Amino acid sequence: MNIMSEAAVEKALDQKMNTVPYKMIGKDVSVYYGEKRALFDVNLNIRENTVTALIGPSGCGKSTFLRTLNRMNDTIENCRVTGKITLDEDDIYDPTIDVVELRARVGMVFQKPNPFPKSIYDNVAYGPRIHGLARTKADFDEIVETSLQKAGLFNEVKDRLHEPGTGLSGGQQQRLCIARAVAVSPEVILMDEPCSALDPIATAKVEELIHELRTNFTIVIVTHSMQQAARVSQRTAMFHLGNLVEENDTDKMFTNPDDQRTQDYIMGRFG
Amino acid sequence: MTDIASPTVRISARPASAKRDIGIKRRYAAERRFRAYGIAAISIGLFFLALLLWTVISNGYTAFQQTTITLPIEFTEKVIDPKGERTTDGKVLMTANYPLLVREALVKQLGIDASKRPLVKQATDMVSASSRTLLRDLVVADPSIIGKTVPVTLLAEANIDSAYKGQIDLKVEESKRKVKDQQVTWMNQLAEAGVLKKSFNTGIFTFGASSRPEAAGVGVAALGSFYMMLIVLVLSLPIGVAASIYLEEFAPKNRLTDLIEVNINNLAAVPSIVYGLLGLAVFINFAGMPRSAAVVGGFVLTLMTLPTIIIATRAALKAVPPSIRSAALGLGASKMQTIFHHVLPLAMPGILTGTIIGLAHALGETAPLLLIGMVAFVVDYPGSPMEPSTALPVQIYMWANEAERAFVERTSGAIIILLIFLVIMNLGAILLRRRFERRW
Repeated sequence: MNIMSEAAVEKALDQKMNTVPYKMIGKDVSVYYGEKRALFDVNLNIRENTVTALIGPSGCGKSTFLRTLNRMNDTIENCRVTGKITLDEDDIYDPTIDVVELRARVGMVFQKPNPFPKSIYDNVAYGPRIHGLARTKADFDEIVETSLQKAGLFNEVKDRLHEPGTGLSGGQQQRLCIARAVAVSPEVILMDEPCSALDPIATAKVEELIHELRTNFTIVIVTHSMQQAARVSQRTAMFHLGNLVEENDTDKMFTNPDDQRTQDYIMGRFG
Repeated sequence: MTDIASPTVRISARPASAKRDIGIKRRYAAERRFRAYGIAAISIGLFFLALLLWTVISNGYTAFQQTTITLPIEFTEKVIDPKGERTTDGKVLMTANYPLLVREALVKQLGIDASKRPLVKQATDMVSASSRTLLRDLVVADPSIIGKTVPVTLLAEANIDSAYKGQIDLKVEESKRKVKDQQVTWMNQLAEAGVLKKSFNTGIFTFGASSRPEAAGVGVAALGSFYMMLIVLVLSLPIGVAASIYLEEFAPKNRLTDLIEVNINNLAAVPSIVYGLLGLAVFINFAGMPRSAAVVGGFVLTLMTLPTIIIATRAALKAVPPSIRSAALGLGASKMQTIFHHVLPLAMPGILTGTIIGLAHALGETAPLLLIGMVAFVVDYPGSPMEPSTALPVQIYMWANEAERAFVERTSGAIIILLIFLVIMNLGAILLRRRFERRW
């Protein structure tokens, strides 16, 4: 796993994002749902240890693109993906790539918190268990604890690890889902509107968490909130009607975008 | 940028009047009416349920009591083994004249003149003809009993049983009823002496088929039903669940699977007697399996239960929220792991409910069993599912065809036993549901 030190990340940030290496490269990505085309030749690269926000009006294809990155679209019938997406050097749509292995490297957090109806402990331990990342109970305990700590949840739940995860509040559930994704030690974490079902306080906690996770993971987040994109991301990509309109540094995107449509969307003129 | 806010369009608010008619009364009245309909519907249902239970129980509870006559039987060697051959010839004890022992004991007890044949005949008619086997089994089990006098509890004949339970109107002219005045007198005499009394009828649970009501029971039928339920459970649950998982989770959605789905739904509605015909044609005529065997019945009921289980299981699988699947797949679980670790456990309560409802349905099924010959007169317990047996509902059906008064109460008694089985199965379903639902 390529983990950059925090200092390196900060430095890279200072030198503008252009110098940060690419973690995932999407080239001419198109997605079809049956006859309907949802994405049109999108060329979008994801930089390492960076939070990339995908914004755009509903139905613009941002979630679709996100789901191509760990092949969650495979589960949708009639869905077809063309083009090329690489993770490091591997073409993730290559027939030799196992989708199970890919998803262990590219984790996902969903819009609605969806903990398993099991204990908090089992929720976090499930990923490591199926991937054989730990053998002994002590190993599992350690993974669970560090994952929950990384998700900023450990102190809140340490006394009730064996109570059901579904009994937590919405914000805690979402952080549990993040802990569950983190426990598998993925390289990239995809987040599909992770805060849309949360109240502002829980949202703030998750955003803070995303900020911290950046040092260890590459994060791609889909959001409807312009402010959230501005707060958490370093790079922003704007989608419209299945096309990638613009991809830029977040600072530049929200102050002086290159494309008129981005300007209009950010100003709230459509969408 | 919408036009709603533009100043040119103005929605004129109507002057707010306190007495605006927006149909509140009507709406509440509709709701009250609907509630009344609901309560009426439920009341009618409860009324008929109560009526059914009342009829069955009031007719059937007496079947769990049996009148018995306890007589000191003298096992005289002269009657059982006049030639002293019992050590060499095994048949002697089997074919001995046991009814004579009963007659002698009865004559002695009642103090009748043994030379008056019609009187003696009336007296012996009071004791069940099944006494022969009862005494034979006693002697065969322990030949040292010969020569001793032992008190033996014999079953009263069915008509005496009915008369003692007060089910026969004794005011009717003597020639028009089966119990004669003399027998009634003896009955009262024996009852006063404490020789004739009512006791709990264990026979109805243990005996097999018999043309004599007092010696008939549902034991053999219950064992046959048990064999069949076992076969149905062992076959239909795994097959049904596997088929549902494949159809729901793995099978491509195309015309063929659509056709299969439509057919499964149709099969659930096929009259059960058709399954009986199928079983007759396939299992008995083609595969050459034994007739009236529980194994064939089990197979037929399995075929009948499968659509129910498949439909219930698919519904339960469909009801598992897709977010759980996404969560598992997103973590890198394979499709199998997603299904077996997450989807199936969540669907389990629904699957179990469907299975038990299917089993209960199969337990009460009669029509297909008639066609595969399970409507047989089976006296002995089947040692295995391959041997001839019958089933509880078939036993009820057969008893319902009998004419004797004592079979009326036994029919209801057997229905009570069947209902108890069904209640136990449903309780099991509820308990299993609770257990699995508590898992989270």
